[in-house]
Amino acid sequence: MSGVRVLVGTRKGAFILTSDGKREKWEVNGPHFAGWEIYHMKGSPADANRIYVSQTSGWFGQIIQRSDDGGKTWHQPGTPPGEPTTTPEGGPKGESNKFVYDTSLETGKPLTTHQFYDGTQHPWEFKRVWHVEPSLKDPDTAYAGIEDAGIFRTTDGGKTWKELSGLRGHGTGPQWEPGGGGLCLHTIILDPSNPQRIWIAISAAGAFRTDDGGKTWKAINKGLRSLSTPNPEAEIGHCVHHIAMNPARPGVMFMQKHWDVMRSDDAGDNWKEVSGNLPTDFGFAIDVHAHEPETIYVVPIKSDSLHFVNDAKLTVYRSKSGGNEWEPLTKGLPQKDCYVNVLRDAMAVDSLDKCGIYFGTTGGQVYCSADAGDSWNAIVRDLPAVLSVEVQTLGA
Amino acid sequence: MPEIRVVLPYHLRNLAQVGNEVRVDVDGAVTMRSVLDAVELRYPMLRGTIRDHTTLKRRAFLRFFACEQDLTHEPPDAPLPERVVSGEEPFIVIGAIAGG
Repeated sequence: MSGVRVLVGTRKGAFILTSDGKREKWEVNGPHFAGWEIYHMKGSPADANRIYVSQTSGWFGQIIQRSDDGGKTWHQPGTPPGEPTTTPEGGPKGESNKFVYDTSLETGKPLTTHQFYDGTQHPWEFKRVWHVEPSLKDPDTAYAGIEDAGIFRTTDGGKTWKELSGLRGHGTGPQWEPGGGGLCLHTIILDPSNPQRIWIAISAAGAFRTDDGGKTWKAINKGLRSLSTPNPEAEIGHCVHHIAMNPARPGVMFMQKHWDVMRSDDAGDNWKEVSGNLPTDFGFAIDVHAHEPETIYVVPIKSDSLHFVNDAKLTVYRSKSGGNEWEPLTKGLPQKDCYVNVLRDAMAVDSLDKCGIYFGTTGGQVYCSADAGDSWNAIVRDLPAVLSVEVQTLGA
Repeated sequence: MPEIRVVLPYHLRNLAQVGNEVRVDVDGAVTMRSVLDAVELRYPMLRGTIRDHTTLKRRAFLRFFACEQDLTHEPPDAPLPERVVSGEEPFIVIGAIAGG
């Protein structure tokens, strides 16, 4: 029997929402890791019971949690489920929290500086994991996108993490400048047709792609225009908010930039604007229908100064033509006095026959549409501010 | 070998699955460094949460107290007060911003 498991990261803990394939009745489980910021949680495509979580705190730093039973129990990788996390002899259990930039002579790059908000150079400092992207094939392999921008990989189920330093060592690093949320690597997309190819995005450096498994990276920002910057069409310096791709059509990418919705039909080598008739093309979240690769979804936000929805109405916009022509979707969504935001990793789709669309808001609501966006229902309304939403389609 | 009492903040107690106070054996001089080394050895899941993994510098929003004294900015190898060494008073790790 099919069903869905929605993984929700919030400012104050993680929640797991489950339903059968009808997606009408929901069970809400949580909070897990109460009081901690859960930037992201995502299940392995190779093993639905394997879930990785980024648990973080301005006070206490970064923790990685893992479940091997679909979110029933959790442990820090390196500590087997059910075993005490306290060993008198010590041991390497804390390694799973350790994200240290690779500066080794063999595989690393020197720890240099990036541009700070005021234009001065600032040393690279690890702050948190924004996004965890499990491998498509191996449950023990996953990638982590971090702030200050870098990408790490684990091949032992999250116990240890090693930087793919070629990205930070791209050479343009000193020009990378943080966006409002920090110099964060927030998007990681794996190519199902080519295990050597990975796309990533950094606010506010732009998008990059590797075609050799992470050794070298290419900036892929041609066609992006960022007004109010010294060179609007520069190779580096674009505030890419999120990128989405239908796995059945690798290389066709959709991007929500700070302003502008963009698409690329050549794996990011060239981008063109498809904002079309959107009421505002500022926003964070973007996603693609699971079965209709030209059907895409965004949630326009009033502006970069206001960070809430347009006209106090929560509206998802859908394009069935791959952009340019957009229709508002409002059925079931609040259409007055609404001042929430939908953050970059807070939208996801399931892969049931009738594609489900999900998003969470900074007001703590998580909405589901079981009919590809035609109508919406709130699964929950009063969670802490939602940072991320991911969906696992079970038994499909 | 002195047994040192250490009070941890709420979230770190949950992470280590311990109560309000833990006790650790410290070999040699009792200093902030040796106490925190002992805490991290006994509770390895706390590595990186109080001090940076590699530099071992205190995380910015944490502070250290003992015997009603603010030890946050004391040298890490300075001896801790005798009442901490004797177990009369705990060494306290606390979040710098508690609320408000």
